[in-house]
Amino acid sequence: MPETVSKGKALGARAMAHHLFWPLVALGALLVVNLIATPTFFNVRIQDGHLFGSLVDIVRNGAPVLLVAIGMTLVIATRGIDLSVGAVAAIAGAVACVYIVKSPADGAAATAVVAITMGLAVSVALGLWNGFLVSVVGIQPIIATLVLMVAGRGIAMLVTGGQITTVNNDTFAALASGHLLTLPVAALIALGVFAATQVVVRRTALGLLIESVGINPEASRLVGVRSRTIIWTVYVFAALCAGTAGLIIAANTHSVNANSLGLWIELDAILAVVIGGTSLAGGRFSLTGTLVGAMLIATLTRTIPNIGIPAEANYLFKALVVVIVCLLQSPKARAVLQRRGDRTPTGPSTPSREEAVA
Amino acid sequence: MSQAEVKSPEPVVEMLDVSITFGAVRALDGVSLRLLPGEVHALMGENGAGKSTLIKALTGVYTIDSGRVEIAGVETQFATPAAAQHAGISTVYQEVNLVPNLTVAENMLLGREPRRLGRIDRREMNRRAATSLLALGIDIDPGSELGGHPIAVQQLVAIARAVDTDARVLILDEPTSSLDADEVARLFEVMHRLRDQGTAIVFVSHFLDQVFEISDRMTILRNGRVVGERLVAETTQLELVQLMIGRDLQVLDRLDHAVQEAADDAPAEQRLPVLSAVGLGRKGSLEATDLNLYAGEVVGIAGLLGSGRTELARLLFGADAPDTGELTVRGSSRRRLRSPRHAIDRKLAFCSEDRKAEGVFEELSVADNMLLGLQASRGWLRPIPTSTRDKLVGEFMTALDIRPADPSLPMRSLSGGNQQKVLLARWLITEPDVLLLDEPTRGIDIGAKTQIQQLVADLAEKGMSVVFISAELEEVLRLSHRLVVLKDRRKIAERPNRGIDVNDVLEIITGERGGLAEKERADA
Repeated sequence: MPETVSKGKALGARAMAHHLFWPLVALGALLVVNLIATPTFFNVRIQDGHLFGSLVDIVRNGAPVLLVAIGMTLVIATRGIDLSVGAVAAIAGAVACVYIVKSPADGAAATAVVAITMGLAVSVALGLWNGFLVSVVGIQPIIATLVLMVAGRGIAMLVTGGQITTVNNDTFAALASGHLLTLPVAALIALGVFAATQVVVRRTALGLLIESVGINPEASRLVGVRSRTIIWTVYVFAALCAGTAGLIIAANTHSVNANSLGLWIELDAILAVVIGGTSLAGGRFSLTGTLVGAMLIATLTRTIPNIGIPAEANYLFKALVVVIVCLLQSPKARAVLQRRGDRTPTGPSTPSREEAVA
Repeated sequence: MSQAEVKSPEPVVEMLDVSITFGAVRALDGVSLRLLPGEVHALMGENGAGKSTLIKALTGVYTIDSGRVEIAGVETQFATPAAAQHAGISTVYQEVNLVPNLTVAENMLLGREPRRLGRIDRREMNRRAATSLLALGIDIDPGSELGGHPIAVQQLVAIARAVDTDARVLILDEPTSSLDADEVARLFEVMHRLRDQGTAIVFVSHFLDQVFEISDRMTILRNGRVVGERLVAETTQLELVQLMIGRDLQVLDRLDHAVQEAADDAPAEQRLPVLSAVGLGRKGSLEATDLNLYAGEVVGIAGLLGSGRTELARLLFGADAPDTGELTVRGSSRRRLRSPRHAIDRKLAFCSEDRKAEGVFEELSVADNMLLGLQASRGWLRPIPTSTRDKLVGEFMTALDIRPADPSLPMRSLSGGNQQKVLLARWLITEPDVLLLDEPTRGIDIGAKTQIQQLVADLAEKGMSVVFISAELEEVLRLSHRLVVLKDRRKIAERPNRGIDVNDVLEIITGERGGLAEKERADA
């Protein structure tokens, strides 16, 4: 066992060095701010066998971003990025809703199941397309997924015929507003996907191979990693996550608007990943970090109205918090802050030449 | 040593006792260089000898720590490369630093376009460019887009641009590395022309024959020091190589050959080769080459830098796709290796010379680095069970004496030698039949080096086929049963390593003494 003398101190330093320390501090701080603004903020009550309260809302409303961010984490770990997730969400939602509306039994549970399956199947197809462009054709991920980001909205419009499609199907609606074992279904889905992904990635070798591709693509190729398959897989998975998120969002509003469903969700998801400590340069990734990041964003969204920030300052406030968290997390920024006090200028050796003629 | 004291004119550039230190490394140590007008001066040396540092010290990229630089007799220190250019010292680097989607004329006059009434005068620009190009015997349309011309022509345009600024000194850093024979001839023509006009030319190249063809004088560097300045006419290739790699041939003995002779009595040729390459080649990296590898045999590849050593190993492993030739693995149907994955499935393994870029995963643990080869072969669905994992890692940490002996440390915290051992372990865990080692002992300390050499010998004894590539000829000779010599991207000799010493290898490479190499070439 290690020495006990400076155990407390060492533990503190170890905690601070942990990649989740600052995001968790920020999350805690935001919650405290909310608690001051609304003393009942942490209250959770059971009503009709369901949990209710602000904290439950945060998890429930954060579910779509969390889902998208989980997929995004794996994509980013391979040095990629997926900008099309919002559009994929819209297509998945559109396909499911249009199917339900057109179905003769539009209220039946079976219809909802088929609709959900179709939405997910379409997502997989879109993920295959993204993965094909990136891993086979070799297009830069940002460009390859930009194609679907733009075209995807158009596809969703075609599916819905440009109309806002409203559905009345309780089974479908339960995706967002239903409860299971007192917990909201949306939150359960997102947390379930989180747990399943965590297990698959860490219990199989997938996580290791994803990281190796992200850390050093050329060395991965020479060591025989099937990079193409791995990259393809993560894009399909990211699209599947995005499709699930799209279904939840559509279920939440009982409708789909091809123009707005999942709009800018890719940016929130990328933010969640970055806040969680996964580098955009690829390589090591942390799904737990992404979970914290997504919850931080969901809390932030909730905080803004709660502490009475005017709607027009909404985005500015969000940006401010994000910048602070990212700075706190950056080892470089922290080092600069620490060194501020005792810094002495030790520039490169100046030429000791007698004269310098140019 | 006949220091070439010729009735020389005033040198345009004289560098005296120049030293540069980077951290603890003495990159240049009291180096002197003089460039005379109307002479092609070759700068020779192995990698890391200090050639490019010297060029950068001259052209103001680096600040010198001590010593003096005189330009036409005036002591000068350039603060920036632009200042050097202004003073008539132009550099053309290996990669052409031009804008491919501008025209030839625009490239040549970039930044100093002729203007009329504030607008660029295109007519005048094309006229001036045409004049300068013609002066060098380059006949191309100055209005054509640069990117549409072959690399060689682009290189000539870069040179034309460089000399157009009234260059008194023209530095050409590896200008011929991507040119074919005709293009080299064309470049040399231009160089001759410039030399006759009185320009001092610095020529850096790894191609010995070219150096001897074009240069008048050379300065040879080794480990940041000048080891000789010679007139080319009075120097042989053999002498040059000896100076470059620092070998006093008289002192060389055959210390390791006792081990050698004992090892090579296995009659390899009667058996079926594990791997056989027929006419394997790739444009710009290796001419069509035949090679057979047998079980239990170490094949040493000797050759200078740029001779095609690495290229050969990469082609054998499928890391680069060959243009020509076929590879047969264990007599199976002839087919090309499509990829490293394909090669690994056929029990090949390849340790790249570029450990950092092509081998190591710095952020991953030592254990993960070690097991990645096996894991990649198993696929992601079949993780290596913890017990196997611990057993393998423990076994190889001990067997290869990897330190610190904690496999959970990130790879980046290990020294180069230990990283190299981890990479060897990675491949040994996959139990390959053929192990291709490209510079496995470069940049590592002597202790690790001997351990790796010992390991190679043991592996071959156990029946593995090993290809051993190293810039250090003694090492190659000590370990190999058979020797393959490459020069200028071509196999020039192959023979059993019986009674060969470093001297013989150098003679083969430089093609001197009795046309030994010529005979070999005819055989091959």
